[in-house]
Amino acid sequence: MFEDPFDPAAPGCACGRHRNALEHAAAARRVAELGEEGQLTNAVDTAVVRALFPHEPTRRAFLKAVGANTAMAAIAQFFPLAAAREAFAADTGPLEKTKLKVGFIPITCATPIIMAAPLGFYAKQGLDVEVVKTAGWAVIRDKAINKEYDAAHMLSPMPLAISLGLGTNPIPWAIPAIENINGQAITLAIKHKERRDPKMWNGFKLGVPFDYSMHNYLLRYYLAENGLDPDKDVQIRAIPPPEMVANLRAENIDGFLAPDPVNQRAVYDGVGFIHVLTKELWDGHPCCAFSASKEFITTQPNTYRALLRAIITATAYATRADHRAEIAEAIAPANYLNQPVTVVQQVLTGTFADGLGNVVKNPDRIDFSQFPHEAFAIWILTQMKRWGQIKGDVDYASVAKQVFLATDSAKLITEAGLTVPAPFKTLTVMGKTFDVSKPEAYLKSFAIKAA
Amino acid sequence: MAPLQGRQLAIGSAALSLGLLAAFLVIWQVAVSGNTQTAALDPEYAKLLGQTATTGASAMPSPLDVGSKLVEHLAHPFYDHGPNDKGIGIQLAFSLARVLGGYCLAVLVAIPLGFFIGTSPLLNRALNPFIQILKPVSPLAWMPLALYTIKDSGKSAIFVIFICSIWPLLINTAFGVASVRKEWLNVARTLEVSRLRMAFRVILPAAAPTIMTGMRISIGIAWLVIVAAEMLVGGTGIGYFVWNEWNNLSIANVIIAILLIGVMGMVLDQLLARLTRLVAYTE
Repeated sequence: MFEDPFDPAAPGCACGRHRNALEHAAAARRVAELGEEGQLTNAVDTAVVRALFPHEPTRRAFLKAVGANTAMAAIAQFFPLAAAREAFAADTGPLEKTKLKVGFIPITCATPIIMAAPLGFYAKQGLDVEVVKTAGWAVIRDKAINKEYDAAHMLSPMPLAISLGLGTNPIPWAIPAIENINGQAITLAIKHKERRDPKMWNGFKLGVPFDYSMHNYLLRYYLAENGLDPDKDVQIRAIPPPEMVANLRAENIDGFLAPDPVNQRAVYDGVGFIHVLTKELWDGHPCCAFSASKEFITTQPNTYRALLRAIITATAYATRADHRAEIAEAIAPANYLNQPVTVVQQVLTGTFADGLGNVVKNPDRIDFSQFPHEAFAIWILTQMKRWGQIKGDVDYASVAKQVFLATDSAKLITEAGLTVPAPFKTLTVMGKTFDVSKPEAYLKSFAIKAA
Repeated sequence: MAPLQGRQLAIGSAALSLGLLAAFLVIWQVAVSGNTQTAALDPEYAKLLGQTATTGASAMPSPLDVGSKLVEHLAHPFYDHGPNDKGIGIQLAFSLARVLGGYCLAVLVAIPLGFFIGTSPLLNRALNPFIQILKPVSPLAWMPLALYTIKDSGKSAIFVIFICSIWPLLINTAFGVASVRKEWLNVARTLEVSRLRMAFRVILPAAAPTIMTGMRISIGIAWLVIVAAEMLVGGTGIGYFVWNEWNNLSIANVIIAILLIGVMGMVLDQLLARLTRLVAYTE
């Protein structure tokens, strides 16, 4: 397991590359564990060694014979390795394109994508990015596919669905970075204050933002764990996030599992209460993602890397609790979320009104973490299959690898001086363990599923 | 009482209009300013909530709220705070440009096509079922298809306006052309007027009032469609403004948008009414 990167331990470390002493120690331990070849993970060093010894067996033999450290020292004698490292980190080549359009849905999940504009993370990478507010998930998908957007904020299951051709033509799509973890909640109408037990929800109409969303899968999972069949006992509807509170007020729906600030806005307007945070169902679950087409990634590699660097650094900035109030103020105005600042602040700081008269303090109500774990993709695929969105066999590991670009991301995270988390072998959702290597067995273990 | 006439009628109707407006505003103001009991809430908790939750204020704004917001918008109609936050004047201009684009395209296609349909009873009958089926389709139903095939949301919005506003134009043009008086055509034929000359000097002037009626119906539909289309594709325009303020649950701004959409639609309609009068004739 990796250290919790959100440990409130004092910021700063000996080398200045990590957020605190704990992480510094963890990084050092990881480097030590990696062994001789592992220490060469630095992309530049590897590239230099590769260039010098293009023949792989020769390279391996050389490194084995002299040891990686000695090898690098020897190379540094005649090659300006330090300069190369610096140049590589600063820039990889001319940007193919500097004026970009990135689409987003006005929810706090998109925080890193949005804040990178007003707080200058895009500009720092030499990019002039226009972040464009979009009306709904189907529209953002179509606009991204139509290349009106260079990259887009999507729900993390969407690139899987697009790549598999669910609800559209199959187009290779990728997630180079996850945006947020946690940060969703089930909100119910005030009139259901006394019906906190999901077993009493028979006949409810519940909203989720999109069919291919973590919200849909988490709500279904939650209902099924409580003995309700989400396809028979309740009605689940796809409603774009901005329309959810209006629908709740109009009593068109009884509740929703939605992204913030929708939940907090329902409380702010006195129409709903927060029943449960999704953090209580699965602490650290992914939600939204920064996505791009494979075509963009391969045809404009430098622009893509610069964009991803901006997202990675913005995400890292957003993980710091002491930056959250500033971020809330930057993204609340009409140009971005168009919400009262206090609503956004309650979401980001985790000190919030629950709609039942309590002030709750839950600092990791939402958190930001960019690493696209392949385990997340595999879990999502199992749920897609569980509810009949995928029919027939699916090659979990290979789809996950193609869509969730963990390797790419790891490289850039390392370059940005941040630590790469170790891959998950298991995930725990509502107390039930999921062995990532056995998706089919996991699927079989559920009593309630579609046909 | 003797029926009012001339000046008296004008003054009377204006007074009645103003009276109705005043009554409506007063009832509105009274209806929304009813319950303002302050609930006993923990102050720390209350600070995190909005007015509707803490004071029981109605979510519906009063006419005074709407009025002050309207003044705010009209004071700075052309501000530009980034791609997703522009002044109401800029939004209206975007919508107007889209409407005119789709509408002009529809006029360019529908009038020549309607001309052909009107002159040929065969074509008229053959195309009628298609026109009747496509005419009542809502703009929102066209949008996914347009986005998928055109692959550009801006052009899709224009296409949707085009496809929704073309039908009244087509039908009216065909009808106008088909019902040109036979005598006039026969006279033209006797004088051995060329077909082109006959089309421009006889049929077009004769059918012009009917065509203009079609154009007037169509501009109304185009303006109706733009709001729906922009709410769906977003980005810019008065429809996007409505969607964005709905997102923020700002009913006051939505009411302002409704008002401006209505005024703008009326202006467009009146412009075409003027044009209609120019081509009108009495037999």
